[in-house]
Amino acid sequence: MNVEQETGQKEMELNPAQTKEAMDLQSKTPKVDRENRETVGDVRVDDPRMRCTDINVHYGDKHAIKGLNLDVGKKEILSMIGPSGCGKSTFLRCLNRMNDTIDSCRVTGTIEMDGVDINGKSIDVVPLRASVGMVFQKPNPFPKSIRENILFGPRIHGLATDKDDLEEIVVNSLKKAGLWDEVKDRLDQPGTGLSGGQQQRLCIARTIAVEPEIILMDEPCSALDPISTAAIEELMLELSESYSICIVTHSMQQAARVSNRTAYFHLGDLIEVGTTDQVFNAPLHQLTEDYITGRFG
Amino acid sequence: MNNQQADTAPRRAIDVINAGMDRRKRSEKRFQLLGKLSIALAIGFLAMLLGSIVSKGYGAFQQTYVKLDVHLDAAKIDAENLNKGNYSGVIKEGLRNMFPDVSGRREKRKLYSLVSQSAAYQLQAKVIEEPGLIGQAISIWVPADDEVDVFFKGHINRDIAEEDRRIKDNQIRWIDHFIEQNRIEKRFNTTFFNAGDSRNPESAGIWGAVVGSFYTLLVTLLLSFPVGVASAIYLEEFAPKNKFIDFIEVNINNLAAVPSIIFGLLGLAIFINFFGLPRSASFVGGLVLTLMTLPTIIISSRAALKSVPPSIKQAALGVGASPMQAIFYHVLPLAMPGILTGTILGMAQALGESAPLLMIGMVAFIVDIPAGIFDPSTVLPVQIFLWADSPERAFLERTSGAIMVLLGFLVLMNMVAVILRKQFERRW
Ligand SMILES: Nc1ncnc2c1ncn2[C@@H]1O[C@H](COP(=O)(O)OP(=O)(O)O)[C@@H](O)[C@H]1O
Ligand SMILES: [Mg+2]
Repeated sequence: MNVEQETGQKEMELNPAQTKEAMDLQSKTPKVDRENRETVGDVRVDDPRMRCTDINVHYGDKHAIKGLNLDVGKKEILSMIGPSGCGKSTFLRCLNRMNDTIDSCRVTGTIEMDGVDINGKSIDVVPLRASVGMVFQKPNPFPKSIRENILFGPRIHGLATDKDDLEEIVVNSLKKAGLWDEVKDRLDQPGTGLSGGQQQRLCIARTIAVEPEIILMDEPCSALDPISTAAIEELMLELSESYSICIVTHSMQQAARVSNRTAYFHLGDLIEVGTTDQVFNAPLHQLTEDYITGRFG
Repeated sequence: MNNQQADTAPRRAIDVINAGMDRRKRSEKRFQLLGKLSIALAIGFLAMLLGSIVSKGYGAFQQTYVKLDVHLDAAKIDAENLNKGNYSGVIKEGLRNMFPDVSGRREKRKLYSLVSQSAAYQLQAKVIEEPGLIGQAISIWVPADDEVDVFFKGHINRDIAEEDRRIKDNQIRWIDHFIEQNRIEKRFNTTFFNAGDSRNPESAGIWGAVVGSFYTLLVTLLLSFPVGVASAIYLEEFAPKNKFIDFIEVNINNLAAVPSIIFGLLGLAIFINFFGLPRSASFVGGLVLTLMTLPTIIISSRAALKSVPPSIKQAALGVGASPMQAIFYHVLPLAMPGILTGTILGMAQALGESAPLLMIGMVAFIVDIPAGIFDPSTVLPVQIFLWADSPERAFLERTSGAIMVLLGFLVLMNMVAVILRKQFERRW
């Protein structure tokens, strides 16, 4: 009850404050024109974990991502915001090649992970997806026990065969996902019996059980209540101490709360990238400002 | 001002809605009534069908037996060679002793025909079991002839003219004599359940057809389930989306609508004439029924695979499972109830199929119980077809009896399908 109120308040505070500041800034600095679709801001970081160069994605005839360049830094949380249908999820799926599973989808450009192009012919998606984990919008635990949910990944990759080692993975992953205390007595009950927020944390635990280096999250909190959202945001901040996290979110408050850098997408173009502070408080592009001040979206 | 507005304003929507409610309710009622009527009609027809089958067929589960006193004359039965004894002579003697006044060849033949030809075999079996009986006089219950059976069950009216009756006046006299002496009774007809086919209704049973059906379905299941499920998985999860695969899909859907007798002709031409497989064998029957059930299994398996939420597969792929692992660990188990239901319904359809099996010779008169999938055999629906074609009144009863057994198996299979679906059903 307490937490709910707190979260609610936080959201109430953030919005007007930002809007006001942005309004002030608007009058001072000239913005990049709405018609200009060149990316503004620093797309590159020093020593990136992932470097995307000239990414284009087509669904059949539809050009969903248009010439995108973007880096994902080490141990950072990069949030992606923008009106729906602008290609955030599509871009996220490029990073672990989930787009391969969509028949009509074609991806061009290079995505380097630690210097290796993941779209290269010699790259196998199985190890790639093990090291770039994904958490989906709708919690999707397997209809099996909580333990089996965690262990599926480690088992198929052969990370552990010993019973004790496997149990350790279960405990550690659930602890890291902040779910251990809630489920430690019912590891053999179905994961689908948990609440929405718990299910999503179970999915995160399942993802970190295979020790990925990057975690992709596609609107992980959109189906959750404020309490669960707060729990997951806290979890993200903790995880970012060891992993890089890319999160797509429709909540600007969430992006402002958790991320180090923010990227704003608009109709398939990457419009602006910068530190979260800068993007929210002093956007350089007129479209970004329109979106964060609520004039568009 | 306000008043004026109210006057000129168009009618409020809620008034229009209320005005139409009556009509809506009436048409709703009418529709429900129509639905109830059609259900009543369907149930009525079903009840008529079942009623007529049961009323005709329950008699098949009973057989009339008569008690004879026979003398196991050592002169007729050689204790050294029990298989060669003149057992039917012993039975005939027993009958003659009961009715000493019967004379003349024709009348004697009529008398002998009161008991089944199988009576001699039963006597033989008894003697082989207990050779010490030779030389003694014993009482033995033996099956009555099918005409006597039909008469005793009350299906022949004694009031109609003798020449229109299968049972003649003198036979009725003898039967009445049996009745007076309590030497005739109806017993549970075990022969019907454990014998093969026979020309004599009282010796005919469905076991041969049941075993034949079992072998045929076994072959069908072992072939069509793995092939069907594998095809469904490939088409649903792996196949590229192109014209050729579309063409294959259309053909599978069309195959499901091909009349089954065509599959029989195909089986005859390919399996028997080209590959030289034996006629009438349940193996070939199974092959033909496999062709027939494959489309059913493929279509229902694909529907079951499609109904598994894609998020489950994505979750598996997301942690780095290969497509095969995602399917075999997660998608297939969730699709299993649907696949099994489709398979069992396909099997039930195969169990009831007769036309394609007629084409490959499973319609032959086969007395022996098949011992394997390459033995000549027949199946339940074909057995029903054969008996329905026989002139003897007693086969009419057995036809309905066999239909009841077949329906029993079908209900059983459907129940298994329901139970499996309930068992495997999972929520997500
Ligand atoms: N599987 C698909 N097939 C065809 N078009 C798609 C598919 N997924 C997304 N799109 C299109 O690509 C564009 C970007 O979609 P998406 O990345 O899902 O947007 P976002 O996540 O930003 O809301 C949209 O216009 C959408 O219609
Ligand atoms: Mg999306």
